[in-house]
Amino acid sequence: MAKKHIKFYGGVHPSEGKVSNSESIVNAPLQELYTVPLQQHIGAPTKPVVQKGDKVLRGQLLAEAGGFVSAPIHSPTSGTVKDLTTCLSANGSKTPAMIIESDGEDKTADPLPPFENWEETDPAALKARVGEAGIVGMGGAMFPTIVKFSPPQGVVIDTLILNGVECEPCLTADHRLMLETPEVIIKGARIIGRILGVKRIVIAIEMNKPDAIDTLTQAAKGTDVTVMPLIVRYPQGAEKQLVYAVTGRTVPSGGLPAAVGCVVSNVATTAAICEAVCLGKPLYERVTTVTGTPLVKPGNFRFRFGTLFRTALELCGGVSENPAKIISGGPMMGMAVYSLEIPIVKGTSGITLMSRDEVVQYTPSACLRCGRCNDVCPMTMMPGILSAQIEHQRFELAEKWHVLDCIECGSCAYVCPARRPLVQHIRRAKAVVSAARKAAAAAAAKK
Amino acid sequence: MTDIVMLTVVGVLMALAIGLVAKFFGAKTDPLVEQLGELMPGANCGGCGFAGCADYANAMAAGKAKPGSCPSMSDETLKKVCELLGVQAEKGDPKVAVVCCSGDDHHATRVALYNGVNDCLNAMMVAGGAKGCTYGCLGLGSCARACPFGAIEILPTHVAKIHPNLCKGCGKCESVCPRHVIKLVPRSAAAINVYCNSPEKAPVKKKVCSGGCIGCRKCVKAAAEGQMIINGFLAAVNYDNPPPESVVEVCPAKCLRKAE
Repeated sequence: MAKKHIKFYGGVHPSEGKVSNSESIVNAPLQELYTVPLQQHIGAPTKPVVQKGDKVLRGQLLAEAGGFVSAPIHSPTSGTVKDLTTCLSANGSKTPAMIIESDGEDKTADPLPPFENWEETDPAALKARVGEAGIVGMGGAMFPTIVKFSPPQGVVIDTLILNGVECEPCLTADHRLMLETPEVIIKGARIIGRILGVKRIVIAIEMNKPDAIDTLTQAAKGTDVTVMPLIVRYPQGAEKQLVYAVTGRTVPSGGLPAAVGCVVSNVATTAAICEAVCLGKPLYERVTTVTGTPLVKPGNFRFRFGTLFRTALELCGGVSENPAKIISGGPMMGMAVYSLEIPIVKGTSGITLMSRDEVVQYTPSACLRCGRCNDVCPMTMMPGILSAQIEHQRFELAEKWHVLDCIECGSCAYVCPARRPLVQHIRRAKAVVSAARKAAAAAAAKK
Repeated sequence: MTDIVMLTVVGVLMALAIGLVAKFFGAKTDPLVEQLGELMPGANCGGCGFAGCADYANAMAAGKAKPGSCPSMSDETLKKVCELLGVQAEKGDPKVAVVCCSGDDHHATRVALYNGVNDCLNAMMVAGGAKGCTYGCLGLGSCARACPFGAIEILPTHVAKIHPNLCKGCGKCESVCPRHVIKLVPRSAAAINVYCNSPEKAPVKKKVCSGGCIGCRKCVKAAAEGQMIINGFLAAVNYDNPPPESVVEVCPAKCLRKAE
């Protein structure tokens, strides 16, 4: 800890509420039915390669990638494809899904040959494995990792940052993963290091997880991986803030961390990459935190994708009181859902329940011009006046004021004494502006 | 006394200066544009395809646009505009907006309590809104706020209602509706409409709304050939060849209705 800690601009420190951080990861029991959505990433939709009635094995390919920015889907267990239908996703839209009926045997297919000697394997082959294993950013964004590992020509990546920050309140999945499988994460980090050819590999962990810092420092001994403790501040887990906190470099507006020579990878993604390379295991399960005061026993579970939220709640012993809100993700950035028939997907880092006392209804009042939102905005935007413009539908102005830079962390709405829905307005403007940009690009392509 | 004289002299000189400056340096406006501008309705609804009334007047004066594209101009005014420009009017078929949804609180089920920003797009982004149907009207009034003519009312039962006598068919509501449930249809053929927007199968629709089209095809059979179209499980009026109003009687779901 000799180095001075850099603090990124803004941010807040919400109550951590990480009640499940001492609960070991439990493998969720085998389910009878899995509802596997066929799109568990950002990008092109996948193409199903199995038919209704086909027999599948665990890890077998169900749907192949539909393009470069896409990720294939693998079967969570062995059984039969019962139906090709649609299911509800956490954002409220219906997505195509495959219902897998388990045969109870859980026979593995493992069609990918493991690279036992990965230290001498061609980095391109390792990168291709990341793609075929269907690995996406498991911090929540679900961006196909292979795209992240393919920087544009001429860009040199010199630093790999492993994101073990987990700044989102209540969630402990990454924390437990770091405690229980440190060597997998370190190995994964070195594999990514080989793929990218980087000099420096840093595991960034906030100082509220001292046990994880110790465990990983022990595990990293003798390797070129270093552990960097960071001060506790939300949203430090956001890529741009993390790059700044670790390297002091500022990612330009509209740019990716690759623009300043960095790649950020979540620790869960890193562990998945290690398993894909060393064991040939495609991505069909993940660690998810199920937490919240209404739950009888919050915990961390390893769920196969396609397990329903209902099952997750049952594994925690059910609820002791009716929750007022069920959130896919954490309380700051998660999405409220209204159904328990939503499957856990590659980006579901947590399920948070909130009791009636915790969900407070606010009536927004007029802006006080206090400027607190400006103080906490980690992207140095001005959420107060920006959202006022958006309320009056001035989307062109919002675009000029870089509304698309917003990372939707919600710090502004968190501190607003007038309880104004600042981040909600900005999210709307982002949707309108990106739709307008897409339409303009389509019109230009037509010409 | 001198003060008054001085001030008067200064005043006169200033007036002269202003007059001269206005005469020699004034921005030259086309008198035609000015005259046209006075005739324009001034709603700036954008229904003509230009960025407001002044833009359209400029385009007409420059010969780049023809009169008749303005949805809110009366026939009388249009005549005057044509006289000014010396051209024949090409008035398109006037349009009217229709909210293709029956999902008010009596028919649609609510699956969630939404207490966020009072805007349809915002509601869409939180788990797809509070109503069970993901195709219907959210009833939060983004269209009503966008309408320059005040033609849209949000009923107390949380569904948008368009008053056809006020609607000019500019299409602003159509462009802001995130669910695309508002459709612009030819006014002359809009006597009856299908008030449903969901392409889902009938059992799926029935679970979330009792007012939706069940795809029974009764209207298709009752109307003459080609008057009603069915796309999957959703019937639609063929506005090029509209069916007689009596067809509404056969609809068991009561979602094919006369325009209110």
